[in-house]
Amino acid sequence: MQNSDFVRRMQSPGGDRKKSGSMHIDFPLLVLLCALCVFGLMVLYSAGGQDLFYIKRQATFMVVGFFVMFAVAQFEVRYWEKWAFVFYGLGLFLLVAVLLFGVGAKGAQRWLDIGFTRLQPAEFMKVGVPLMLAAYLSKRFIPPTLKHISWGMVMILLPAALIMRQPDLGTALLVFVSGFLTLFLAGLGVRYLVFTFLTSIAAIPIMWNFVLRDYQKQRILTLLTPEQDKLGSGWNIVQSKTAIGSGGLNGKGWTEGTQSQLNFLPESHTDFIIAVLAEEFGLIGILTLLALYALLIARCSFIALNAQSQFGRLLAGSLGLLFFIYVFVNMGMVSGILPVVGAPLPMISYGGTALLTLFIGFGLLMAISTEPNRMRKNF
Amino acid sequence: MMHKEAFSDPARERRIFARRLIFSTFSMILMGLVIISRYFDLQVNQFQDYATDSDNNRVHVRPAPPTRGIIYDRNGEIIADNRPTSNLAIIRERAGDLDQLIQKIGLLITLSDNDIKRFYTRLKRQKPFEPTPLKFNLTEKEQAILAVNQHILGGTKISARLTRFYPKHDLFTHVVGYVGRINERESDTINTINYSGTDSIGKTGIEKFYENSLLGDVGSDQVETNARGRVMRILDQVSPAAGSDLQLHLDSQLQQVAYEAFSGKRGSLVAIEIDTGGVLAMVSAPSYDANPFVSGISQKDYDALINSPDKPMFNRSIRGQYPPGSTIKPLFGLIGLQSRSITTTTKIEDPGYFLMEGIERPWRDHNSERGGHGKGVDLAKAIIESCDVFFYTMGVKIGIDTLAANSQSFGLGQKTNIDLPGERAGIMPSRIWKKRARGASWFDGDTINVSIGQGFMLTTPLQLAVMTARIASRGDLIQPQIVKSIDGVANPRIQIAENPNISAEYWDYIHDSMRDVVHSTRGTARRISKNLTYTMAAKTGTAQVISIKATDEYDRSKISERQWDHALFVAFAPAKDPKIAIALIVENGEHGSSAAAPIARTVMDAYIKSTTMENDSQDLAATNASYLKSSRGANTYAEQ
Repeated sequence: MQNSDFVRRMQSPGGDRKKSGSMHIDFPLLVLLCALCVFGLMVLYSAGGQDLFYIKRQATFMVVGFFVMFAVAQFEVRYWEKWAFVFYGLGLFLLVAVLLFGVGAKGAQRWLDIGFTRLQPAEFMKVGVPLMLAAYLSKRFIPPTLKHISWGMVMILLPAALIMRQPDLGTALLVFVSGFLTLFLAGLGVRYLVFTFLTSIAAIPIMWNFVLRDYQKQRILTLLTPEQDKLGSGWNIVQSKTAIGSGGLNGKGWTEGTQSQLNFLPESHTDFIIAVLAEEFGLIGILTLLALYALLIARCSFIALNAQSQFGRLLAGSLGLLFFIYVFVNMGMVSGILPVVGAPLPMISYGGTALLTLFIGFGLLMAISTEPNRMRKNF
Repeated sequence: MMHKEAFSDPARERRIFARRLIFSTFSMILMGLVIISRYFDLQVNQFQDYATDSDNNRVHVRPAPPTRGIIYDRNGEIIADNRPTSNLAIIRERAGDLDQLIQKIGLLITLSDNDIKRFYTRLKRQKPFEPTPLKFNLTEKEQAILAVNQHILGGTKISARLTRFYPKHDLFTHVVGYVGRINERESDTINTINYSGTDSIGKTGIEKFYENSLLGDVGSDQVETNARGRVMRILDQVSPAAGSDLQLHLDSQLQQVAYEAFSGKRGSLVAIEIDTGGVLAMVSAPSYDANPFVSGISQKDYDALINSPDKPMFNRSIRGQYPPGSTIKPLFGLIGLQSRSITTTTKIEDPGYFLMEGIERPWRDHNSERGGHGKGVDLAKAIIESCDVFFYTMGVKIGIDTLAANSQSFGLGQKTNIDLPGERAGIMPSRIWKKRARGASWFDGDTINVSIGQGFMLTTPLQLAVMTARIASRGDLIQPQIVKSIDGVANPRIQIAENPNISAEYWDYIHDSMRDVVHSTRGTARRISKNLTYTMAAKTGTAQVISIKATDEYDRSKISERQWDHALFVAFAPAKDPKIAIALIVENGEHGSSAAAPIARTVMDAYIKSTTMENDSQDLAATNASYLKSSRGANTYAEQ
């Protein structure tokens, strides 16, 4: 991979504690995150109709996010490992609370109103589940036994089922994937992988007939033939493809995207923001963003490989892969190769809780990256 | 499962993790490539398609309607122009339930069933983003009510547009016509692009005949709209080209005088300027206001017009076909002289009736009860006193073939090709015509009827005016025309073929005879010569509406008013150097001399007054003097 040299030349985690003083900060991650934040705010400014409303709120969340990230990074990794079940339990509690007291829109109940802002607890579980699984599995045998795998699946499926009840299929799937990635990295046996794969295929007709709601089925059908109902359910995908395609190589220019500026593109500041970017900055903009993402994920993998503990390894690896999955699902759905599920584009889409969750994740990565070299003497 | 309870083995843990991470990395690279190739495909390979889609999304071309040309009379008075009016329109793609919306509007302002019906008809021809008019000519109050309630009337639009207006109301309706909404039949034949911003089209008259000149060329605004169809900015503009302005030969003041002279009467008058063939006045009475037709007349008002026994919508000037009666006599006299069937000295005796060999039934003269016009009736006397027996005799001698052939060059029995739609040709009967139309042979009796402008013969008032103008000009083939110039450029006149070959001597004879119809003491139109400041040449006429048995007398008291004879009159003036020719008919006016001649006098007076008429007073003095010496009979004559 072309980035690997760059990644290696980046600061070696753990070894340079003195440079950052007493602060646990991973500078390569910090630089990449800042770059993404600036890029994200630029696109959001255009996507939000050049209104400062969204920018102000998003920037506020970013500032809060950076503080949260720094705070998380300051705790030693073993504390996170020790208290993981508390955070996981808190997450489950909030998910139940959403079902009981949540507020929502468009037939879904996803938010908790905590006065000054709204929280989407399901988003937290995208970090909460890998955190819990990494903590659980790292104390068990590697590769995990059937018993541990079963317990792991319970820890994954419990929040996923609660999220599904809201209903929020996209987030439920991503939460499931986040936990499954941890299992996979922990060395889940090949036979289990095959088993999971076959079970998934077998589950499709069951899901279709008993679990999926009509609008969710419609989204999948729309993926296959978006042009069939151009003004109805196919509208989003037809318009987003038009936005992306008409951007061409160089794009129409910042704030010059006709699809987004003239409101042809729905959800242009949240889930479909990549279409705005593609329209205004063209393929070059897309490749620039993908390069930033690639560097970020490479850095995560590097941190994972150099982690001092099995817990750190699993968590860092899971979070890096999960980040990639976010990007893949979002870009795939907007460009019409995956069904439309509620999946934001990380660091770019407007949305406070998602952003906060990402920063918590990167805080954990920084904590792992700057973990004291306590195990090194063993090698 | 062979997992042992074992010591933690960090090396093995690392190895497994590393393998899994490497596998994941390869997967990510593959999936990343899928994403990149997808975006590459959309943005590079399919760029043109999507760029087009994107433009189609946002760019709409809106037609910019041209301003219709203005119509002026010969003095620059406006006959038809365009005035701004406010209309309420609905944009289908932005309105929800149309019926509901219209119902809501109906609660705020008055909407007739007709408005709603017409709206739905129009809607079929409109694109969903185009505003379809619902109600025209909103009052200021209605505009205010709609503006206040705009928030509950999504999809409606109040738009100002130019609407045709006829400031003279009913004065020119039959000539100038009017515009109206394009109907379905018309929309099949018009060039839809050029009418894309226009919803009206010339329906009748000049408005219809000169539609292409008046319309202009449509322009376009290329606009960018957002997803809701709101115009964000104008990308490109092609200005519409306004329609051509028309100047007519018609004279508003003369038209007004003539129209007022017909008040309470039914009939028609056509006045032609002899130098140009330009129509100075063209009246068909009664008339009607053109303005209600512009935005759609109500069914009730329309029914009233259609069902009126006076037939106000019937353009008598070019579509009314009447027997010309005695007004045809100067022309037939001319033909008789030229064909050498008679000479200026030919005299007959008129006992009050005419007998045809082998036919028992006599043809009566109109004054047969007074014993006819007596002995020594020559052509001049036959015209001045309107002697039928002279023309019966002469007609048989000339024969129908010569009469029909020579009448052609005076415009009878054929369309004049005036620049108006819907003109009728009248009938100049001939052997061929009778064979074709009636399937019967020609009899001499038919010729006798035709020789006094009755029988099968039919003419329009316009044809009579053209005939009179051609006699007045001594045979110039005058081509009648309404439009004088288009955007200041003279309207080309149709090329004239050949003049009838008639010697000057005969022209003088006929002109003098026609002058004496007015100016001699025995002329049938002598009553209108009182205080005349110029000379006029004329001929009176009466056309039977119903045929009366030869043995019966015409008794007006026995028949209803609608069956009374039509009164006709043709004239030109000044007699020596003719400038204007007039033909008119008063339906059921009975006598040309009493009902029609005074109208002609009024119109002539108005025309002569408006033009400088030098040395005419001398001419008049000379004429009067000649009559004092004249030995022509002092009998009294019934008027014909």
